[in-house]
Amino acid sequence: MTSNGDTPLLRVEDLTVHFRLRRGISRKSVDVVNAVDDVTLEIHRGQTLALVGESGSGKTTVAETVMQLTKPTSGRILLDGLDLSSVSRRERRESRHKVQMVLQDSYSSLDPRMTVHDLIAEPLRTHGIRGGAELERRIAALLEMVDLGTQHLWRRSHEFSGGQCQRIAIARALALKPEIVVLDEPTSALDVSVQARMLSLLWDLQKKSQLAYLLVAHDLAVVESVADAVAVMYLGRIVEIGSADQVLHRPRHPYSSALLASVPSPDPEDRGRLAVLEGDVPSAINPPAGCRFHPRCPHRMSVCETETPVMREVADGVSRACHLPDDTVFDRFEGDRRARELRQTAPI
Amino acid sequence: MRHAPALAEARYNVRVFLKDRLALVGVVWIVLTFALAILAPVVAPYPDQGRGASNVPNRLQAPSWQHPFGTDELGRDIVSRIIYGTRLALLMPFVVMAAVVMIGIPLGGIAGYYGGLVDEIVMRITDLFLAFPGIILAMALVAFLGASLRNVGIALVVTWWPWYTRLVRGMAVSLRQRGYAKAARTMGVSDLRIVFRHIIPNCLGPCIVQMTLDVGTVILEVAGLSFLGLGAKPPTPDWGLMISTGREYALQQWWIGMFPGLAIVLLVLAFNFVGDGLRDVLDPRAKR
Amino acid sequence: MTDLLEIRELTLEFRSLRGVVKALDGVNLTVREGEILGLVGESGCGKTVTGLSVLGLHSSRQTTTGGEILFEGGDLLTEGDAKLQETRGRKISMVFQDPLASLNPVFRVGEQIIRVIQEHRNVVKSEAEDLTRNALADTGLPTDKSLLRSYPHQLSGGMRQRVCMAMAISCGSRLLIADEPTTALDVTIQAQILRLLLRLRDEHDLAQILITHNVAVAAQACDRVAVMYAGTVVEQGPTTSIMKHPAHPYTIALYQCLPHGKRADELRTIPGTVPDLVAPPTGCRFHPRCDYAMDVCAVTKPMPTVVADAHWATCHYVAARMEDG
Repeated sequence: MTSNGDTPLLRVEDLTVHFRLRRGISRKSVDVVNAVDDVTLEIHRGQTLALVGESGSGKTTVAETVMQLTKPTSGRILLDGLDLSSVSRRERRESRHKVQMVLQDSYSSLDPRMTVHDLIAEPLRTHGIRGGAELERRIAALLEMVDLGTQHLWRRSHEFSGGQCQRIAIARALALKPEIVVLDEPTSALDVSVQARMLSLLWDLQKKSQLAYLLVAHDLAVVESVADAVAVMYLGRIVEIGSADQVLHRPRHPYSSALLASVPSPDPEDRGRLAVLEGDVPSAINPPAGCRFHPRCPHRMSVCETETPVMREVADGVSRACHLPDDTVFDRFEGDRRARELRQTAPI
Repeated sequence: MRHAPALAEARYNVRVFLKDRLALVGVVWIVLTFALAILAPVVAPYPDQGRGASNVPNRLQAPSWQHPFGTDELGRDIVSRIIYGTRLALLMPFVVMAAVVMIGIPLGGIAGYYGGLVDEIVMRITDLFLAFPGIILAMALVAFLGASLRNVGIALVVTWWPWYTRLVRGMAVSLRQRGYAKAARTMGVSDLRIVFRHIIPNCLGPCIVQMTLDVGTVILEVAGLSFLGLGAKPPTPDWGLMISTGREYALQQWWIGMFPGLAIVLLVLAFNFVGDGLRDVLDPRAKR
Repeated sequence: MTDLLEIRELTLEFRSLRGVVKALDGVNLTVREGEILGLVGESGCGKTVTGLSVLGLHSSRQTTTGGEILFEGGDLLTEGDAKLQETRGRKISMVFQDPLASLNPVFRVGEQIIRVIQEHRNVVKSEAEDLTRNALADTGLPTDKSLLRSYPHQLSGGMRQRVCMAMAISCGSRLLIADEPTTALDVTIQAQILRLLLRLRDEHDLAQILITHNVAVAAQACDRVAVMYAGTVVEQGPTTSIMKHPAHPYTIALYQCLPHGKRADELRTIPGTVPDLVAPPTGCRFHPRCDYAMDVCAVTKPMPTVVADAHWATCHYVAARMEDG
């Protein structure tokens, strides 16, 4: 991952989040949902890290933990070098403004009873700018940043389209001048043309304000267009992490490869090349032993069923957790051909 | 200009509401009752008798031109009594409902949003109160506190608040997962503020409907307790009390109990119609 | 290949609180036997309404329709309810985006399929059970008791969608209308479902209308594609032809909006917004946002122009260019 040695803006270390499900009349804690296990990642200023995965991958939980909406079971979150778990509650609250978020469903992220003005004013009011000319000026400036005019100020969310609501949410997120914005599937509910506008806007905002983005997404095409670094998650663990260019074009983990190969492409040259990964995503309550992906992995070996693979750097800036030889690379579309070749020649 | 869109929405809601004929009738009736309550001294043909002064020589008169609803066992004009009775009939429920929502709704919001121990405590207390049939509990309380309209009010508030707590708590639990609640937390808004500015206002719709329907029930319960002698004392022109006294004379002088009873029924119906109409308006599926 | 379903000049208007919404303005579509037609467009373009109207599922009290939907020698639009009921589920079936909403949560999955079969075919229960098992096998689901006795909420999203498809094909339909069948699914599961659709086409000769807003999905799974905008079909043709040589300005613009293989600042956007269908633009509905709009575009609706083999676009600019040779 691109790192020039300076302190990362955000560093997540060995993050583990387990939820206890209470069942039955006695409300005894019966099941544990292993939502996130041993996740480590870094984001630098002005950079976009995309967390990619399907349902149950834990990517949303990681995002919520970074947002301090969920408490980690273990692990550390360092924001600008500050360890969030070991500081006072007040210090934690004061650091909150540095990380803001934009959610997938823009309609539900805006209180339907509030006007646009009040929605954007809320964070400002909470942090000292209670009213008057300063408030109005800041609100107008924020609206302008997202290409919305002041004529919208007194309307409510249900009067806007999905794309406009999303922009209001972005304006609100920027109100506190955050350093990181967590984007949880920001465009998956939007039409293609609206999505393009949104991605373009997010790109511009990032360049202008040197914002870092933690992008949670399942749409790999979107990820490719905005991400600098990509972390692929499966059932609570990161399976591969590295620069976007590496991970998206030369995946080194069978799951990353399968994921990429499942993404339909509009390119006429790619017609008929859809690869299919069998099976369903297993439950996070009883994850498979050893490597969690092994039941669905076309390359599984006996060691995969018993030993959990360790995250290791296998190429420049790319780490992955897999028992296959370190120099395994998959072609984006040719799936497993090269891996099979490699396995035949690699030492046991 | 600033409130233009909000006004347009309000106008739309009023239009939907007015389309419901029954709700309209209900509103008219309630407004009429209000007017009677306020203008009682002016409108009632025999204001003193309305308030309680007796006119014994004139007792038990059948309905006539001078006394359209007849006179009661103490010779008082029943029309005036009923008109003065509107004051109580409207005051009690409103006071009771006001107290109930001021206690019940915030409790429910806090319990639902905070969860954990707070939620457990509040809900167990709520369950405790809800385990008893409302009117029985109310009766027991009044018997304990002593019979008077004031104590009836207190008893009803005590038995009623849990319903709203439970209603709001359920909604609060789901609303705290909404995007805007999460967003507010990340913005640093304090939890209590989130409850009062985001959660509770978005719970009010069903509460308002419930309130309008409950007003009718409160009227009935107050009348019922007064009927049993636990509420208003003579010579208060309480409709329930009037029915109670009317029981003795039911066979010969039917008008003494009949007209107050009719008054109760019509007012409760009116509130129910309005409640139904409001439910249609506030039902999000009915929105454009 | 013969035409299985032909939609001719379908118009649809419905009364809403804001006025009359002119949702469909002359939709022309053909689906051939055993082929998958993709119906692609953004929200509000009318693709779902078109799909619903084939089976008469559009709201009928405030709706007025025009045009024809020709199927098996009859016009589905004018057929009475009884005849339509026969067609629904039996000859033409439909699956929707949210399989959880399409399945009754209180009945077991096997039972629901059996009931559908018994509704449409005159068979005894044991035969219906056999047909159910066949349908489940055809959709790649296990046929043992455990699945049949499961409730919908016990199954994963992908399995639920397969159950809906099993229900849809259990009566031997010739045409399946799938409205955003994979939108709510994970991408690896989506690939499984798309492969299933292709298999159903190959092994059962099942023609399909695949309604989707995802251009890539249409590109991968469909034989022919129809692109819709604001209530009309703006371009229609074989998938490879449209992807290699898109003709209509909207199709071209749509392609340029796709993030695949581009950086965020390289994406183009389409100026303006989707029109309000209560007062749609005159002439060609896309003209206010079109890079190539000419004067005539605001006045008359364009007619289809053939641009390649079985590939046409409704655009004045394209027509003019074709004329110039």
